[in-house]
Amino acid sequence: MAGLAAVFGSGAMTNSIPEIENNDVLFVIGSNTTETHPIIGLRMKKAVRKEAKLIVADPRKIDLVRHSHLWLRQKPGTDVVLLHAIMHVILEQNLIDRVFILSRTEGFETFREGLRKYTPEYAEKITGVPARDIIRAAMLYARAKRPGIYYTMGITQHSHGTDNVYSIANLALMTGNLGMESTGVNPLRGQNNVQGATDMGCIPDQYPGYQRVDLPAIREKFEKAWEVTLSDKDGITATEMTDRCLDGKIKAMYIMGENPALSDPDINHTVKALKKLDFLVVQDIFLTDTAELADVVLPAAAFAEKDGTFTNTERRVQRVRKALDPPGEAKEDSRIIMELSERLGYPMRYNSMEEVFQEVAGLWQAVAGITYGRIEKQGLQWPCPTLEHPGTPYLFKGGFPRHKAAFSMVEYKPSRELPDRQYPFMLSTGRHLFHYHTGTMIRAGDALNSVAAEAYFELNSYDAGKLGVTGGQKVKISSRRGSIKIKAKLSERVEKGRVFIPFHYREAAANILTNTALDPVSKIPELKVCAVKIEKITKRGRPRIK
Amino acid sequence: MKTNKLEIMVCMGTGGIAAGGTEVLSAFESAIKKLKIPAKLKKGCSVHKVGCRGLCARDVLVDIIIKEKKSTYQYIKPDMVQRIVDEHIVGNQPVADWLATEDYHNFHEKQVKVVLSDCGNINPESIDAYFAVNGYEAAKKVLTLMSRQDVIEEIKRSGLRGRGGAGFPTGVKWEICGGVKNAQKYIICNADEGDPGAFMDRAIIEGNPHSVIEGMIIGAYAIGAGKGYVYIRAEYPLAVERLRKALEDAGKKNLLGKKILKTGFSFDIKVKLGAGAFVCGEETALIVSIEGQRGMPRAKPPFPVHSGLWGKPTVINNVETLANIPHIIRKGPDWFASFGTEKSRGTKVFALTGKVKNTGLIEVPMGISLKEIIYDIGGGMDKGRDFKAVQTGGPSGGCITADLLDINVDYESLAKVGSIVGSGGMVVLDDTDCMVSIARFFLEFTQVESCGKCVPCRIGTKRLLEILDRITAGKGKEGDIELLEELGKDIKASSLCGLGQTAPNPVLSTIKYFRPEYEAHIRDMKCPAAVCKELIEFTILEELCKGCGACVRACPANAIKGEKKKPHTLSSELCVKCGSCFDVCKFGAVKKE
Amino acid sequence: MINVTIDGIKTSVHRDTSVLDAAKQCDITIPTLCHHPKLTPYGGCRLCIVEIKGINRPVTACTTPVSEGMEVTTSSPVLEKLRRTTLELILSDHPNDCMVCEKAGDCTLQELAYFYGIKENRFAGERRVYEKRDGNPLIERDMEKCILCNKCVRVCDEVQGVSAIDIAYRGFRSKVCPPYERDLDCEFCGQCIRVCPTGALTGRMWSLKGRQKDIREVDTICPYCGCGCNITLDIRKNEIVRVTSKEDTINEGWLCSKGTFGYKFLNDPARLTKPLIKYKGKFRESTWEEALGLVAKKLLKTKEKHGPDSIAGLASARCTSEENYLFQKFMRAVIKTNNVDHCARL
Ligand SMILES: Cc1cc2nc3c(=O)[nH]c(=O)nc-3n(C[C@H](O)[C@H](O)[C@H](O)COP(=O)(O)O)c2cc1C
Ligand code: SF4
Ligand code: SF4
Repeated sequence: MAGLAAVFGSGAMTNSIPEIENNDVLFVIGSNTTETHPIIGLRMKKAVRKEAKLIVADPRKIDLVRHSHLWLRQKPGTDVVLLHAIMHVILEQNLIDRVFILSRTEGFETFREGLRKYTPEYAEKITGVPARDIIRAAMLYARAKRPGIYYTMGITQHSHGTDNVYSIANLALMTGNLGMESTGVNPLRGQNNVQGATDMGCIPDQYPGYQRVDLPAIREKFEKAWEVTLSDKDGITATEMTDRCLDGKIKAMYIMGENPALSDPDINHTVKALKKLDFLVVQDIFLTDTAELADVVLPAAAFAEKDGTFTNTERRVQRVRKALDPPGEAKEDSRIIMELSERLGYPMRYNSMEEVFQEVAGLWQAVAGITYGRIEKQGLQWPCPTLEHPGTPYLFKGGFPRHKAAFSMVEYKPSRELPDRQYPFMLSTGRHLFHYHTGTMIRAGDALNSVAAEAYFELNSYDAGKLGVTGGQKVKISSRRGSIKIKAKLSERVEKGRVFIPFHYREAAANILTNTALDPVSKIPELKVCAVKIEKITKRGRPRIK
Repeated sequence: MKTNKLEIMVCMGTGGIAAGGTEVLSAFESAIKKLKIPAKLKKGCSVHKVGCRGLCARDVLVDIIIKEKKSTYQYIKPDMVQRIVDEHIVGNQPVADWLATEDYHNFHEKQVKVVLSDCGNINPESIDAYFAVNGYEAAKKVLTLMSRQDVIEEIKRSGLRGRGGAGFPTGVKWEICGGVKNAQKYIICNADEGDPGAFMDRAIIEGNPHSVIEGMIIGAYAIGAGKGYVYIRAEYPLAVERLRKALEDAGKKNLLGKKILKTGFSFDIKVKLGAGAFVCGEETALIVSIEGQRGMPRAKPPFPVHSGLWGKPTVINNVETLANIPHIIRKGPDWFASFGTEKSRGTKVFALTGKVKNTGLIEVPMGISLKEIIYDIGGGMDKGRDFKAVQTGGPSGGCITADLLDINVDYESLAKVGSIVGSGGMVVLDDTDCMVSIARFFLEFTQVESCGKCVPCRIGTKRLLEILDRITAGKGKEGDIELLEELGKDIKASSLCGLGQTAPNPVLSTIKYFRPEYEAHIRDMKCPAAVCKELIEFTILEELCKGCGACVRACPANAIKGEKKKPHTLSSELCVKCGSCFDVCKFGAVKKE
Repeated sequence: MINVTIDGIKTSVHRDTSVLDAAKQCDITIPTLCHHPKLTPYGGCRLCIVEIKGINRPVTACTTPVSEGMEVTTSSPVLEKLRRTTLELILSDHPNDCMVCEKAGDCTLQELAYFYGIKENRFAGERRVYEKRDGNPLIERDMEKCILCNKCVRVCDEVQGVSAIDIAYRGFRSKVCPPYERDLDCEFCGQCIRVCPTGALTGRMWSLKGRQKDIREVDTICPYCGCGCNITLDIRKNEIVRVTSKEDTINEGWLCSKGTFGYKFLNDPARLTKPLIKYKGKFRESTWEEALGLVAKKLLKTKEKHGPDSIAGLASARCTSEENYLFQKFMRAVIKTNNVDHCARL
């Protein structure tokens, strides 16, 4: 969530889940919340029951649209224009928060100039959203007392994802809708402990607690604590690692509990990269597609088989407890790392996970006040600097860590690969309710799986008619990178000219098709937009071009 | 009405139409058209439909008014029309054979018609006809001359109580709702009328829909409602049609809609069709049903006057209640209060059915004696049988026995003897009616109509019904009567809504007055009224049997044998108790007991 | 604040408090079957009836708001008799098969029947008989055990916003079912199972897995999305019997289909149980000793030959924070590279 961090100095949800129900306006953009974050979705529906107004901006007619008061169906990849037009209206109507802008932000004057050309009429042409609706959305949001913005991968998984995030931040800043209860900007994080993994420094340029590796004072702090010398060079991101494997700069990889061979864009490319490694060690609970490529596979324990903490999307540190013994000789990931470390001459000795956490607390002020004892019953939201501190349900009450938040003007950049003659459909990927990520946890012969057992893609019935494809028919979908065979599901959720594929299925892996184009700042790949074509499979198995 | 006018009025309520009213009407129309009378006279001549005037059994009823002299014909069929036109209209000599008999006039004599005063006299599909009888004068008076408080005071002073069953003082209801602060309020007219056998609300809407609309306008003004609903059974297509037409006409005359009659008051009415569930007549269920959910009552408090439709203050009134309002405003509360008793003012419409000579819709002053209703208006017992009891209040009510015939029919007196006025059902029973079966009939109805929300009503009434089933089937057990009483009382005490709270009444009340009849079923395996099939015994009386063989031919089970001209015998083993022999025997030789 | 007296205890409670909640605050328990604190009051089971001075008939405590000076009696011979009759009526239409019911030991109806000592039934009569024919693999519906408390209908509508079920028919035949009695086709969140007070709705996956008394509860966090729902694993003999959630958590006791039913992978036979080493393109099982030795040797060699930045590590958003901490510490302090990331971007 690099974009948000750049603006506010922190990239997490600014508010907490229970606060959602007290929003009076919810602006959900690029988030199929009821399917990707069902329980947050419940809070949103509860807010609507309590008479909040819900604005949904999504190219697909997602479930939340049913509960919404206003649905903006923007064309994929045009969020920046949509958001700018909303801000344009707010400016025109003079609904900005002057005091907030003066006291807590910088760069507004240049920014307002940049908004001039983004009139609702101009935006209507690009986004396909009627100007009237843009104006309604602007009025609703700007006039609200406690509005919350929520977004997920629909905003970030673009080659201009950071620009999208900047725009959202700008919107909140110009209306002063930050730093109060039930009022803020909330990226909803996909996997259960993404927040924890980032908090703990599993990012190439930051130590635990978002402390930069290139600042000497910080490096020294960690060198002292860990009693070693550390590298001052920024590392490379996961998506860059693939390219470095291919050009031979990376020779060995250690992958713990991830499955890039199914989750990365352009899988064929990723698999080729991993195969090129001299040495690959994968530590997981199943023999995943990635593990298949490994030289050594280490059996790990699953969540119910170990102690520790998870940090959820609202920065809440919560206790994970061991309930079962791991199967066979499988071991906790922590044990494996410790044993390996010992063999490499750096013994890490901890008697319990609590000791590990205490070490983190000593190195990162924001969790210094959190102990296992305090989160025995209920989690605590960081920042929680002292043992008496009650945790922080919402951020920026007094100000931003960066002192003043900056407006940053961004310009609309079309997605990298748009439909053309040859590849006339626009593909987006995502999750659906009954599956999770790459399917390793649900696919394994599960009753839940049988409710949505088969891979499918959503196709508008108009397009289906034109292609001569019927519901349930298997077709071939190809992009410039590869092709898959998959069953069609006719659905009005997608608009004409667009298709949607859930990426959970390995037999029809959507990521064979997706584009690796990265956002230059966040290095997040453009999984939400790429161009594909659809062909019927003829009896002889050869596709007929249509 | 001009003196030289000729008016022909054909009864076309649901009953009239069923008997062929439409055909009769068009027969009159074409017969009049063919007449060679001067155009001048033709102008003053009108043939039109009117609503029900109560005695539906005699339909089609036709009134002919010539020079203010009214003659009423009964049982008219289309082929009789020409003769009436020829002899009566042309020849000025009424067709004496077909004129309504004296008891028709007696039937009307003792009645006091307030809400029904114009039903059967005016064309219900014409707003001008309503204007002609001072229609909408009350609404005009209220909107232009009276304050909200004035209206409420008048209604309170009139002593009008809800006619939907519970008898809650209407003025008080309006006052409470009027006092609740809320910009949005509703008034709902309850026209769900689900009681089996009841049709007074239908008759009012079919006969004079504008009176209900006018009542609603006045009510809306009094409580400050901007929107109204009429919740009406979809099974009343004619009423729905006339109501819709009336609403449309009233809208055109700016009696509904924005700034009514150029005052600051705006009010509009929507029609909602009910799905035909009895329980949807219960006010909270009705509200939920309008909101689009399954019609199930919810607990009170909060009452609808505080939190009703969409959570907003809402007044719900019955059709008859509302139809009274314009009369009260026009003629004054004291005039209204002059009818009835101290606590039950005004008149009440009843649906008189069962074993009386004249069945139909009647409107009587509250406090009239039961005897008067049955013997004067009803014309006495049908076929000269003995009066046994009257069941009032339908499935929520109870019965009144012969020794209480002098009772005054009003809210208090009926409640005292364990029955209710209810919505106005009145079934007269004679000695061929089995009280256990009557209770069973009503319970079967309530059980099927229970919404299923609460346990005592959903399962409790089922168990009551099961016990009654076994009693009427001759399988009753010692202790069953006590069990009925015990369970019935518990159901009454712990059910959620009025349906469950009153469902055991027919059982409890029949046990109270006719316990021996129950005991006869259980102990002697006998149904004294010879109704319960399983308990009837058919035998052939030797001394009366002429051996004609009619019963032998009628019996589907070959249970009767005998030589011609000799007394026959009936095998009780083979008998299926269909009663065919009893019906065919001309000599009364088949005995049923 | 409103002053009320409940069973002689004087207390003051907030406006809008129900009599039921006010009683709870005085530590007085009133029996209920259809009440759920997070759902709108229903007033259907008629067990929570109480007497209120000035009101001439018993009213349900769950639906009645307190008012100033209210005097409430929660238990009296009359009330207890009515409650008994109600329970007897429910049981007269309930299969008598507690000994094989999934819910036994955890069933509100069973408990009430026990405390009211209902052995004989005065009202024995017809029972509803329904054929079980639900095609879904997750939610078991045994509608003969349904007491029509409507909790499932309300939770599906009010909390989940799906409205997949409602009460159909009337009278004794009333039944909770999907529209037109089709098979259940919904989000399978299992919220209805969580609120059902009887054995009418249960998880198909946990049938015959164990009784409540044998269960050890472990509170932990759901491993799926970023909501971080608090879950409770019901464990018997190193196996998960079912997943539940407590009401006083951030997720208010609600879970989604994955949180409720997505635990089977833990006991999947395909789980890795031994380290594997690839030899001539094929995996063979090995000991930890050998596998870790090999990893250490290879990493060390690569580091020596190509420098620390020739090695990269990917951590996991599905491991604990502590593990992620150790992982990056390992990469940074042992391998000495900052090439460490996770898949947060996806
Ligand atoms: C089961 C049940 C059915 C009812 N059906 C009707 C009905 O069909 N029509 C009606 O006016 N009131 C009916 N009521 C009474 C209404 O709940 C309500 O008291 C009435 O409409 C109020 O109007 P009123 O004050 O003008 O009588 C019914 C009540 C119950 C308990
Ligand atoms: S008493 Fe009967 S009709 Fe009324 S709520 Fe209960 S079950 Fe429904
Ligand atoms: S299925 Fe369970 S929760 Fe639903 S109404 Fe029946 S008993 Fe209540």
